[in-house]
This record gives sequence, structure tokens and C-alpha cells, in this order.
Amino acid sequence: MNIETKFLGEVEIMEEDIYSFKNGLLGFPDLMSFVVLPLDAELPLVLLQSTELSEIGFVVAFPFAFKKDYSFDLGEEDKEDLKIEHEDDVLAYTIVTLQEKFEDSTMNLLAPIVLNVKHKLGKQVVLQDNIKYPLRQSIGALEGSAK
Amino acid sequence: MLVLSRKKNESIMIGDHIEIKVLAVDGDQVKLGIVAPKTVKVHRSEVFEAIQEQNREALSATPNFLEQLKKK
Repeated sequence: MNIETKFLGEVEIMEEDIYSFKNGLLGFPDLMSFVVLPLDAELPLVLLQSTELSEIGFVVAFPFAFKKDYSFDLGEEDKEDLKIEHEDDVLAYTIVTLQEKFEDSTMNLLAPIVLNVKHKLGKQVVLQDNIKYPLRQSIGALEGSAK
Repeated sequence: MLVLSRKKNESIMIGDHIEIKVLAVDGDQVKLGIVAPKTVKVHRSEVFEAIQEQNREALSATPNFLEQLKKK
């Protein structure tokens, strides 16, 4: 099937590549269907695109490319919602808020997007500690910053 | 909305496992103690509002950002 995307025009996607977000994303509770699309092979960024609304597309980062030691524990409720059986099935992205200058952009370490690649389920997980996991972590200030 | 009055050191139960206790009252500030199972996440509601706001802001990225990035 083909969908309209925010940055990439019309893109062909497979039904089995669609992730279900049963709670939507925070602030967007009605959008439950997303795909992950590549943006640029040179950048550790991908597009989390709603299959329902073309204008809803989030630029998300592989957080570890910017912050090597980023790690968090999922709560029992999150694990149940995502039907996580093995650690290997889990993929995490962080939503990027782009600014005019890329170095000024921030990523949201507090509420990562967690995907179960096996069962194609997704959730924006809210972590408990907003000191350790800032809502607006500057990308430019991060170690291993992908240039 | 259910409204209950409580005094200092009094508490309410939500379900069988969640207890919220008034620990201190000082002017317009109330200190609450929350006892809940580990599976229950407790957040200040501002945290959720801030994340919602951040999600909306993230969406305002301009469509030409890829070209901008590549130029560098």
C-alpha cells in the first residue's frame, strides 16, 4: 500500500511493517498506526510516520548514536503493553525537536518511543526520572555526536 | 470528580493497593505520600503536559530540513 508522508512524498509500505500504538503518542491519542521510514543513510535519524495523517511524522533518532550510555528499564506495564518476551525484540528511538541549526536540536530522553519489532507494537514510554532523562537533551552537547 | 476532605496524616485508598497520604500542609502547598505497586507509574501531571507539548513542537520541523542537514 502507498501512504503520503511528511518529508518523503508518497512511499510504498508493507502492511506487516505497520506498528500499532494502542495509546497513540502523548498528545495524539487517536493516532495508533505508524511506520518507521529511512531518511538518510548517513544520519542516525529515521521518520516515525503516521499512516493515517501525512502531516504527522516525527524525526526520531537512534539515541545511542548521540548518547552511548543511554539506557533505561521498562516497567512491567510497559512490557505487558508491548508484549515483550525478549530483549532482542526491543528497539528504542527518541523524538528529535529540530532547530534551524542541527546542533541546537534536542532529543527527548524522558519519553522514548519503544518498539517491539517482533509483534509490531509501539509505545511512547514515560520514564520516572526527569533529571537523569531530560525532556530536552541538546544533541550538539552529546558525546559520539553523529556528524 | 470525587472530592474528599482529608486532614494531615489522613489518607485515601485507590483500589486495594494504592494509598495516598497527606503528609504536610503548608499554605497552598500539600505534601503527599504515595504508596503504590511498582507497576504503577506516578508522575506529576506537568510531566505529561510537557511531553505532549514537546511532541507538538517536534512536529513543526520544516520539510526542507534534510537539505539543510546535507549542506553541512
